[in-house]
Amino acid sequence: MGFLGDFELAEDATQDAFAIAAERWPRDGVPTNPAGWLVATARNRAIDRIRRARTLAEKTRLLDVPEAAEDEMNDSDQSPIADERLELIFTCCHPALATDGQVALTLRALGGLSTEEIARAFLVSEETMKRRLSRAKAKIKATNIPFSVPSDHFLPDRLQAVLAVIYLIYNEGYGGRVDLEGEAIRLGRVLVELMPDEPEVYGLVALMMLPHARREARFSGEDLVLLADQDRSLWDAEEIAQARELLDRALALRGRGPYVIQAAIASLQTQEEIDWPQVAALYAQLSQLTGSPVVELNRAVAIAEAGSPEQALALVDQLDLEGYRYLHSTRGELLRRLGRGDEAREAYGRALELTSSEPERRFLRRRIDEL
Amino acid sequence: MKYALLIYEKPGALDGVGEEERSSMYGEYLALAEDSRCLEGAQLQPVTTATTVRVQNGSTLTTDGPFADTKEVFGGYYVFEAGNLDEALELAGRIPAARYGGAVEVRPVVER
Repeated sequence: MGFLGDFELAEDATQDAFAIAAERWPRDGVPTNPAGWLVATARNRAIDRIRRARTLAEKTRLLDVPEAAEDEMNDSDQSPIADERLELIFTCCHPALATDGQVALTLRALGGLSTEEIARAFLVSEETMKRRLSRAKAKIKATNIPFSVPSDHFLPDRLQAVLAVIYLIYNEGYGGRVDLEGEAIRLGRVLVELMPDEPEVYGLVALMMLPHARREARFSGEDLVLLADQDRSLWDAEEIAQARELLDRALALRGRGPYVIQAAIASLQTQEEIDWPQVAALYAQLSQLTGSPVVELNRAVAIAEAGSPEQALALVDQLDLEGYRYLHSTRGELLRRLGRGDEAREAYGRALELTSSEPERRFLRRRIDEL
Repeated sequence: MKYALLIYEKPGALDGVGEEERSSMYGEYLALAEDSRCLEGAQLQPVTTATTVRVQNGSTLTTDGPFADTKEVFGGYYVFEAGNLDEALELAGRIPAARYGGAVEVRPVVER
């Protein structure tokens, strides 16, 4: 896309290239580097179109196209694909774009999802999603957002923005027909390939893969299954192993950022015997970095699991999270363990008022009944 | 591409800021104005000197004060010629008002 500078032209050219591939590959056999071939073909088709559209050049801002002869298909040349994707990720996640536009553009341009699929995943109409995409593309054009990897000056913040978009896709997509968690992980892995020296990228991917590996065990029918009660034979052992490898690489790169720490916590929680004091210590580090009361809440849970429910309750009671249902469900659990049944019932009741998720409501009602 | 950098200041942001610091800030504004990419710029006089004009149904309404009664006050602007948005954003980030509780809005200029 950087070669071409006009998003839509690039998209059309790419679709053409796929059409040619579908025709030629069965006949000629798959090239050694199919992705590279696609880019080369897309460029050639785009050059053809640009030659035809020269007269419109004043209206649309096309970057200068070199008057080169047709690109030679170079089977062994990996780098054009790698470069284009990294620049594309940063462009899609540019902070000048509205967040919903960043998400839509990333899934469209990098994930290759259709507008309809993305619309469903975020529970909006296709029209709405089309508009989000056009607004984002229009802004890129109107303000001349560059198609490039940010300079060192901007890179740390911009990388954070990319990671935030990927994590948002992982957490907030409804899914439907598309496995958005899987899509976010795939995007994360592309980023790992393209930025092999950034520990937070490894951290984020590991952090996403660990719960994903447990997805078959998270629900029993319609009911939530707590981590401690999950059937480990349903866990994807291969995915967990890969996640741990990524985490190891992040730690080897001296990563101590928030995603790495969260991944380390998630990894510890998949052990047979969970080292809760270690988990609590990691939450303490995360708390320092983020200042988040939700992190403190999680630290309290770890402290309780490590054997000190009174200390945990004292910590929880200091937190300003009145409207947060997990504060109340945590208080309920701690009070239950401390034998303070009436207070526990009250806390669970408060949590019940705050949640609309059916599996969560059922879980909370069961807890109340058990008291 | 030409970008307008619209500078919004937080009132009272410079209360208690010493002479040396103010002088250094002024130097930064000057350096930006002298950047080869700067096409024009101006600092406006304080908001107490503002007068606002509206015309409704053929009659002119003139009032004391700025256009909008906002917390931040429009204080000045630059127009830069820059290669792309990131270049304009980097320049905007250097504007002292941005780190003294204000903000800089960056918008491309319509070129005729």
